[in-house]
Amino acid sequence: MAAEIRDERVRSVSRLSRLLSRPELGAAAGTVLVFVFFAITAGNTGLFSAKGIINFLEVSAQLGILAAPVALLMIAGEFDLSVGSMIGFAGILIAIPSVFWGWPIWLSLLFSFAVCGGIGALNGLAVVRTGLPSFIVTLGSLFMLRGLTLGLTRGISGRTQVSGVHELALHDPLNSLFSGQVFSGLIAWLSDIGLVGKRADGLPSISGIPVSIVWWIVLTLVCTWLLTRSRFGNWIFAAGGEANAARNLGVPVARTKITLFVMTAMAAALFAAIQVLVTGSADTLRGTQKEFEAIIAVVIGGTLLTGGYGSAIGAMFGALIFGVVQMGIFYTGIDTDWFKLFMGAMMVIAVLFNSYVRNRAMRSR
Amino acid sequence: MAEPYVELKSVSKYFGSVVALKDVSFDVCPGEVHCLLGDNGAGKSTLIKTLSGVYAPDEGEIRVQGKPTRFASPADTRNSGIATVYQDLALVPLMSVARNFFLGREPMRKFGPISQFDAEFANRTAYDELAAMGIQLRDPEQPVGTLSGGERQCLAIARAVYFGAKVLILDEPTSALGVHQASVVLKLIVQSKARGIGVIFISHNVHHAYVVGDRFTLLKRGRCTGTYAKSEIDRDQLLNLMAGGKELVDLEQELGKVAKNSSA
Ligand SMILES: Nc1ncnc2c1ncn2[C@@H]1O[C@H](COP(=O)(O)OP(=O)(O)OP(=O)(O)O)[C@@H](O)[C@H]1O
Ligand SMILES: [Mg+2]
Repeated sequence: MAAEIRDERVRSVSRLSRLLSRPELGAAAGTVLVFVFFAITAGNTGLFSAKGIINFLEVSAQLGILAAPVALLMIAGEFDLSVGSMIGFAGILIAIPSVFWGWPIWLSLLFSFAVCGGIGALNGLAVVRTGLPSFIVTLGSLFMLRGLTLGLTRGISGRTQVSGVHELALHDPLNSLFSGQVFSGLIAWLSDIGLVGKRADGLPSISGIPVSIVWWIVLTLVCTWLLTRSRFGNWIFAAGGEANAARNLGVPVARTKITLFVMTAMAAALFAAIQVLVTGSADTLRGTQKEFEAIIAVVIGGTLLTGGYGSAIGAMFGALIFGVVQMGIFYTGIDTDWFKLFMGAMMVIAVLFNSYVRNRAMRSR
Repeated sequence: MAEPYVELKSVSKYFGSVVALKDVSFDVCPGEVHCLLGDNGAGKSTLIKTLSGVYAPDEGEIRVQGKPTRFASPADTRNSGIATVYQDLALVPLMSVARNFFLGREPMRKFGPISQFDAEFANRTAYDELAAMGIQLRDPEQPVGTLSGGERQCLAIARAVYFGAKVLILDEPTSALGVHQASVVLKLIVQSKARGIGVIFISHNVHHAYVVGDRFTLLKRGRCTGTYAKSEIDRDQLLNLMAGGKELVDLEQELGKVAKNSSA
């Protein structure tokens, strides 16, 4: 009897300390702080109106689409600095075949995903085979892809921007997968019951949820499931935590890492597909610095730079903080120049906090 | 005694001009602890690497249950029931005990078309298996990094036993441990033996070896200098053989002289 009671107490304490040592704890707290901060400073500027919310969620969604698979890769102990350049390259791979060679959009999209996936696999192979740090290998890819994008685009079109995709995509079967909005009926209903504001002409202030937000949530859920509930997830943690031990136990470490490089490259292609179909154009400079923004979101989300520990949900919070701060600064009228200073500082604080949480997790006996 | 599960017959192994093993025979039966003792560089690690499929012997043969066998790889060896627990233990400190227990052999559960990691089964099994070996976990989801050295050693052993090891090879499992931790591991060795597992226990520490061992084999410069049953030898004799008795006596005299000189 006495033993049972003691056992119960041990269990509940451990559950609390388990919660406190979750990687996404800091990011969740940070998200609350940022929301409170802007609720006070920008409460009546429209940041938290339906339109404002959609605006910052769209910013967060784009980054979050990258951040979820980048989190998985970083947990496996590798970096991919090429995702930003990959976005520019993928955009060109969609726009040029469609605009200059007359390919249907759906075919260009598949082409772009296939080529980017292939380059991702090459990144992974190069890292696994050479044993060089992925930081260096993908830094090479960052420059090579940007150069290739510029060279090809100027060579074929004579310019650095390719527009005119909108008209071509209008009746394409894959168009609505990457651009446009969903849940319009729901939004209309929410507007009728007064939860979403109306414009002067009586229509709801927003007409639906941008499809990128759906992609973001779905990708985060899929990555979270992979990480915590699949065999592959176990291998990711092991590859980043102690690659040698994993190999000795028969975990295919190389295959795991290559798969993750393919995933980050495909996420960049998805980012580009959304961007090109929403804006109707591709530009050689698209995606610049997105690799760093993704890493910042992932690190704010509690993933260790050294691998072996982290979460995809955390990366979602990281991306959310990114979007709220960026739009919040815009809405409050603070000079947007301060945004990068803020995000950089946030990341440094997150790194310190993460190593504190990690040490705490390893101490909690 | 029963038929040996695995035997080395007159095995030699050379590294260029280095004779790492010369004409060594060694075997282990189910339910016995066979200790392998020897000085640094005696060839202990080479012997167990040959047994676990890392090296192929240059001369002689390996028999598993009486049949001559060539191991293609360490994984091949594992599949024939011979599990090696190396010094690094093949554990991932940041991962939970349960996930480490099943790393590379994850239990899956089907939900319609998708199959997912059966965390509940993994937690329960890891907890129960370790409990059966006398290790009470606080929580099967605690990171391995929070376990003590002895507990980690036990986790690695319990894992090998759970996955059907018939022979366990333990390379210096107690050398980095304190008295209490070492005794936990030694108990686990005895438990494994009681389950009918053959244990090959490599150690520098004669005291640890003597309390759990049934037989003792001494290696010296790549050669086997004798195998003794516990009934044939007592701890002091073993200690003498191991440390090269004469060398110890010499050392004692020398130290005595040093002490006298410095006090004079
Ligand atoms: N891969 C190798 N290449 C060349 N020589 C080797 C190799 N492995 C071992 N040796 C040599 O073989 C001899 C036996 O080494 P081994 O590692 O088996 O000794 P040991 O008994 O395990 O020693 P210790 O107690 O220090 O672990 C040593 O002289 C060593 O230098
Ligand atoms: Mg050795």
